[in-house]
Formats: sequence, C-alpha cells, structure tokens
Amino acid sequence: MAQFKLPANSIMTKGKVWKAPEGAKNTKKFEIYRFDPDSGKNPRTDTYEVDLDTCGPMVLDALLKIKNEMDPTLTLRRSCREGICGSCAMNIDGTNTLACTKAIEDVKGTVKIYPLPHMPVVKDLVPDLTNFYAQLRSVDPFLKTKSQAPTRERLQTEADRAQLDGLYECILCACCSTSCPSYWWNGDRYLGPAVLMQAYRWIIDSRDEATGERLDALEDPFKLYRCHTIMNCAKTCPKGLNPARAIAEIKKMLMERKY
Amino acid sequence: MSFRSPLSKAYGLGSAKDGTHHFMIQRLTGIALVPLMLWLTFSIACLGGADLASVRDFIANPLNATLLICLTVSVFYHSSLGMQVVLEDYLRPHWLRLTVQILINFANFALAVVSILAILKLAVAA
Repeated sequence: MAQFKLPANSIMTKGKVWKAPEGAKNTKKFEIYRFDPDSGKNPRTDTYEVDLDTCGPMVLDALLKIKNEMDPTLTLRRSCREGICGSCAMNIDGTNTLACTKAIEDVKGTVKIYPLPHMPVVKDLVPDLTNFYAQLRSVDPFLKTKSQAPTRERLQTEADRAQLDGLYECILCACCSTSCPSYWWNGDRYLGPAVLMQAYRWIIDSRDEATGERLDALEDPFKLYRCHTIMNCAKTCPKGLNPARAIAEIKKMLMERKY
Repeated sequence: MSFRSPLSKAYGLGSAKDGTHHFMIQRLTGIALVPLMLWLTFSIACLGGADLASVRDFIANPLNATLLICLTVSVFYHSSLGMQVVLEDYLRPHWLRLTVQILINFANFALAVVSILAILKLAVAA
C-alpha cells in the first residue's frame, strides 16, 4: 500500500559546515550524507570545504582527507583505491559509482555524496548489503559439474572463453542493483542486475553442467522478470559492463528452452 | 524480528518456474497491436463523417469484422498482462494485489465479450 507519511528518521536535515583551513585558495565543497542510527537523530548533510591543492585527484582522496584531517567520525568503506574491490561504491553527483575512480574535477559545483540508494544504512556512507550477498549466494556462483573430475584443467575453446568477457570483470560493487528501480521496489524477491549477470556468467560457461538447473531457479516472475530493461544498470556500471544484456540473454535462453 | 538466515530469505519460496509464457504473450499481443491499431486509425479516419449505414457496411465486411475482433482480443489480453506487471511492481500487500488483479481480469474479459458481441451484432445483422 502507498505510504503517505515517511518513516521516522527519514527526513533530511542540514548539518554542520566545515570551513577550509586558513589560506586555502583552491577549495571545493563536499556535501556528504551523515546518519548514525545510535544517535536517534535524523540523517543530515554535512558540508566540508576541501583544499584541492593538498588533495589527491579522486573523490575517495577527498573523503579520506576529510576523515584524516577534518572529521574522523565520517564512516565509509574503502580498500583497494583502484577500482577492483568495489568497497567504495556510493552515490556521487547523482550516479552510483566508485569513489576511487571518480575524478573530483568531473563534478561541477558541490560534490554531493550519498550511500547507495534504497539500502538500509549502517552508518553514513556504509549500506547494509546482507541481502545482496545472500542473493548472490543463492545463484550458486561457482562451477557445478556431474561428470568425473578430469586429471588436468577443464578445457575451454578460445571462443567459449570469450563468452565470459564482459561478465567476469564484475566486482560486485552493487552500483547497478542499487540503481535499478525494480530492485528498489522488489529487492526482497528480484535478484537484481549484478546477481543475474553472475548467474548468466555460470549459465554461459561451457564447463558448467548445471545450465538447466540454473535456468529453472531463475524462471520466476520476481527473481528474473522484474527486469523491464530500464538500463540504469548498464548506464551506471563503473566497470563499463552491461548487466541488462546478460539478463536479456537469460530471457532468450528461457524462450529457446520453452518454444 | 526473525532468525531466518539471509540466504533463506533470498531463496524465499523458490522459483515459480513460470513467467516466460507471460513475457512471450505480452510481446506477441503487443506486436500484433502495432499493425492492428494503424489499420483501425486509418479506417476510422476514412469513415470520418460517414452515416450509420456505411459504418454497418464496413463492419459487415468479413475481413474488417475479423480484424476488429482480433484487435479486441489483443487489446484486452495485453491490458490484463500489462496491468499484472504494473501491479507486481508496485502494489502491496499480496492479498490486495491478487484481488485487484482478479477484478481487472474479470473486467477485461467482460469488456472483450461485450465488444465482440457488438461487432458480431453489426456484422451479422447487416
């Protein structure tokens, strides 16, 4: 049912403004979402003026500079700082992306930073991705075989290997799933673009022997068919992948099987 | 509060092993409606200002009557399938969604029957 009143603690308030240090000439404003569930207070946006002359080029550099030099209470996930771990996925300037590969100079005006949309917030920029990871686990993202294990590698032709290009590069940052309106409204049942692309990665793998089982598990109005080809997933992917195409391929395989 | 594991929640009730047929028919009816609606628009434009007798003559033509009935079936079938998708996307709780879906299906079925009867009445009586 439509809810006409927002749940408690969901109305944003204006937070503190942190001025740049004296003498800073090249400053930029960062407006960052802050929420601490333990405080019982509503979420707020704090504004930090960062001296770009003493800051690295990426948004993550600015976030770490803020945390190190201005406000140590700012909470975020990060690890590799080179776009391969997926930890620092967040909503920057209105688009889900990785803070470590998003250049500050690509954002005009104030840099607005929020956690990934429509996920429960643990604190500040840290979303609760428990359901996302459980959904990934539910599609068995590993090789499944029935024939006897070979005594050497499982062989694959170059063409078969090429089928996995554009799929295996996914780092599971959840930018795509959390940009998808279908995932927002039905995330409890719809698997979402990231997980469906990983499901397809194993469906299309020439070495896998559970293709039919995998398709069975996906053939569902909610798990798969909530995808309405909105394409936000492909648009937002920081790795330039196309989960929508993988989902369309799953639908084509289901067609091929049935008709 | 629930101690059900996240994985158990993700599995839910498992796969319905369904949805492909719905997806296929929704697209087939949609594709069929493209030429049918063009034909209908063109026909109505041609009949603009015509008297009752010439409209009767138009519908009495077996080809026109057939196309009209095909159009009617496609429109209401496509409407039911499309509304189901919208309801699944947006309407909760489950009982309400099912109730509205059933009412829409009944209404679409009744409207299709009425439309076909009206076409047949004009087609056969003339």
